[in-house]
Amino acid sequence: MELTSDLSVLWFVIIAVLWTGYLVLEGFDFGVGMLMSVLPRGRAEQREKERRLLVNTIGPVWDGNEVWLITAAGATFAAFPEWYATLFSGFYLPLLAILVALIGRAVAFEYRGKIADAAWARRCDLAIQVGSWVPAALWGVVLANLVRGVALDADHQYVGGLWALLNPFALLGGLTTLTLFLLHGAVFVALKTDGGIRARARGHAQVLSVLTVAVAGGWALWAQVAYSVAWTWGAVAVAAAALAGVVVTNRAGREGWAFTLSAVTIVAAVVLIFGSMFPAVMPGLDGGESLTIAEAASTPYTLRILTWVAVALTPLVVLYQAWTYWVFRRRLTTDHIPAPAGLTWQKIKEAAF
Amino acid sequence: MDVLDLARWQFAITTVYHFIFVPLTIGLAPLVAGMQTAWLVTKNDRWLRLTKFFGKLLLINFALGVVTGIVQEFQFGMTWSEYSRFVGDVFGAPLAMEALAAFFVESIFLGVWIFGWDRVSKKVHLASIWALAVATNVSAFFILAANSWMQHPVGAVYNPETGRAEMSSIGEVLANSTLWAAFPHAVTAAFLTAGTFVTGIATWWMVRLVRTRRPEDVATAREVYRPAVLVGVVTMLVAGVGVAVSGDVQGKLMFEQQPGKMASAEALCEGEEAAAFSVLTVGDLGAGCEGVRHLITIPGLASYLGTGHFSGPESYLPGVEDVQEAYTERYGDVTASGEPVTYTPPLEITYWSFRLMIGLAGFSAALALAALWFTRKGRVSDNLWLSRLAVAAIPAPFLASSSGWIFTEVGRQPWVVVPNPTGIDQIRLLTERGVSTAVPPGMVLASMLTFTLVYGVLAVVWFRLMRRYAVEGAPDVVHDESPEARAESDDDADRPLSFAY
Ligand code: HDD
Ligand code: HEM
Ligand code: HEM
Repeated sequence: MELTSDLSVLWFVIIAVLWTGYLVLEGFDFGVGMLMSVLPRGRAEQREKERRLLVNTIGPVWDGNEVWLITAAGATFAAFPEWYATLFSGFYLPLLAILVALIGRAVAFEYRGKIADAAWARRCDLAIQVGSWVPAALWGVVLANLVRGVALDADHQYVGGLWALLNPFALLGGLTTLTLFLLHGAVFVALKTDGGIRARARGHAQVLSVLTVAVAGGWALWAQVAYSVAWTWGAVAVAAAALAGVVVTNRAGREGWAFTLSAVTIVAAVVLIFGSMFPAVMPGLDGGESLTIAEAASTPYTLRILTWVAVALTPLVVLYQAWTYWVFRRRLTTDHIPAPAGLTWQKIKEAAF
Repeated sequence: MDVLDLARWQFAITTVYHFIFVPLTIGLAPLVAGMQTAWLVTKNDRWLRLTKFFGKLLLINFALGVVTGIVQEFQFGMTWSEYSRFVGDVFGAPLAMEALAAFFVESIFLGVWIFGWDRVSKKVHLASIWALAVATNVSAFFILAANSWMQHPVGAVYNPETGRAEMSSIGEVLANSTLWAAFPHAVTAAFLTAGTFVTGIATWWMVRLVRTRRPEDVATAREVYRPAVLVGVVTMLVAGVGVAVSGDVQGKLMFEQQPGKMASAEALCEGEEAAAFSVLTVGDLGAGCEGVRHLITIPGLASYLGTGHFSGPESYLPGVEDVQEAYTERYGDVTASGEPVTYTPPLEITYWSFRLMIGLAGFSAALALAALWFTRKGRVSDNLWLSRLAVAAIPAPFLASSSGWIFTEVGRQPWVVVPNPTGIDQIRLLTERGVSTAVPPGMVLASMLTFTLVYGVLAVVWFRLMRRYAVEGAPDVVHDESPEARAESDDDADRPLSFAY
């Protein structure tokens, strides 16, 4: 019995770690995607070059970042089937919107350069931007609802309906992830590029960091006071200190530090979120019926198998993923962006087999 | 339509769609890796040109496999939450393993391969495409492990307290006989698909170039495309034998594990010895097996596929009515409205999809033989019919794979988790009990329409790109961009990216 509960708690932590990996990594590539509509300046060709520059800062890595989500979902299914079932069926429409957004975004990354045509590029940019703004906000809505609690019946079915998910606390949560990811993306761009866009990214990060302090700070305090337990004050404090650190280091031009600290902010936010949920995986609304770790967990045997697999593979994944960040560490400028290599629509239409 | 019908349609549409791209990726990634290996070993530029050419097609295809895959994973929870509750303890493990062992490798090393031509050494770059190639096959293994468990549950016990299936042995789940038949079959089918794809495109190019009669074009046909034709043909031949052998094994297992499936594949009403395999059947299959007439039959073949015997008492194949009786007696389930359950899948689908799966392989076989003949002893060909056959054959294995899956999945109805005849009776789940109860029909309708629409648009873009990039052909000049080939003086900081989005 002891071991059982220990393993299921361990898996609760592992799920939190997978979400951390996802939000820290895809957080900045959502940020970069959102900033595509904001950062580029200059004449049309210059703006197009800068947009391509932005896409290419995350080109080699975005797909690996997204797999953290796939793994988090798969691990939830395996370790907490009840949680997976209740959460995914209950949050049906937000998840549908996220899926569609992620589909459009990924396809746009891959296909944008395959056709050399301005209108096509615009359409792909739209898909990338919508595909980044929508999930950046909706993940916040989803997670905030987990903090706040949801209406469940005795069979652990979600009964709150769609509109209940869009309560003020959750909406502010959505705004929180949105601003956090924008900031995280801006400091990433400052770290990964050079030239005019680097300076602009830092300027934006400056404004965004102050905005984030207000929005995320407000939400964190609300979450902490209304829904959490005493020890997560620690996470709130770390988040606050890290965010303040972003403001300072970004101003000082310490880009590596700014990026590290915005990542720490996201880590602290995940600690706050999962800390407030514990020991439930889906807390009940206003103390109502809840789904606890113990109720949702798989059997000790399954958890043991999963633990072995995770222990063997996760360090490897971290190792080779970190290695790719090292391989592609070079700062990019618009001069590094080669001429477009795609074919034209004309040619694609003419193709006769 | 109720939630159940909508959820089934949605699952069918999205999964069949996912499996248009997946077989090509599984087969083509190793072939491209092989071409790149040939380049490193022979130092002949032809292989680099082919690597770049088919590599581009692989990437266009891969993107859609990835984006449609995420939908599959989310869908179990979104529309099949009661199924997920029942199976999660067993079924979730292979999915989690797939993500950790395969998807990370695929996505990360794909990035290295696409963007890394000039950033990592030749060997590391080659290793990254091999990592991708192996990982796509590993991913097929784990997802098939999950699927095979629902076709034939093993390594699990029933917990009466929670009413759920619980894993008792991961070893048994991964050693499932169904898995070890399905995995070789699905992977060889994927290689058949990719082999047909490579041969089809390379043959079309060869004929096209030879027909120009320009010496330099004919030389390209001989130097670049003919070797690709042969790579594809060899792949097709080996994979074709593998598909037939593993398919035969699957037939025998299916007969033991899901006795009704072979009967529905044959639309056989009553049990028979020496049951024939019919090539054509007339009559209203939709109305059941009564009153249909089998025309053009191959004696004993259906019995052989199921039992390994063409005739005699051992060749006895039960009919769908026998199965109905046996299942009613053993399980006696009732539907939500209290009716006894019909243990027969829709026969018109099982009957025809089984025939399409096998029959469509004929295109690949014809192409393989024709291409071998026309390229014998160093020849290249300008035969227009060969070129037409080449193009016509390309879609056939895609359709065959879809048909095979439609047969497998529709053929297990009304079950989503089929009871194992030698296992525990409680580990079984009717499809109608697997669907989410918390989701109103309007939402499923909305998501089904959304996916259909988005997927439809993507299919058009995918097809146009694939076609256009195939028609573009292998690049005329290629550079060795590797760090080894670069002059010392070449300054890393200023060099443009070798590839950019
Ligand atoms: C190029 C595609 C292709 C070709 C030519 C064949 N198959 Fe196949 N078949 C598949 C692609 C496929 C598949 C899509 O990959 C399936 C679906 C599930 C699976 O494991 O493989 C399948 C399933 C499948 C099943 C169902 C197993 C089950 O439901 O448990 C049987 C019995 C066969 N096949 C048998 C054959 C035979 C006897 C073939 C001819 C010699 C054959 N297949 C050719
Ligand atoms: C990629 C190849 C596959 C194809 C083309 C395919 C096709 C289908 C089709 C046509 C249906 C609808 C059947 C019906 O309702 O009559 C279905 C249902 C389903 N399939 Fe598959 N399938 C594939 C692989 C898988 C795999 C690998 C899994 C599990 C890991 C799976 C799990 C399911 C489930 C849970 C349902 C819904 C329940 C049901 O209708 O029985 N499928 N699939
Ligand atoms: C026979 C059935 C299936 C096979 C062999 C298969 C195999 C693959 C492969 C090889 C990929 C890599 C991407 C690509 O091919 O383009 C992929 C992507 C994916 N598949 Fe499937 N799949 C099958 C069905 C399913 C089902 C039913 C699910 C749902 C759990 C699923 C989940 C995924 C996911 C989440 C991805 C995205 C991975 C990434 O980002 O790299 N697949 N699948």
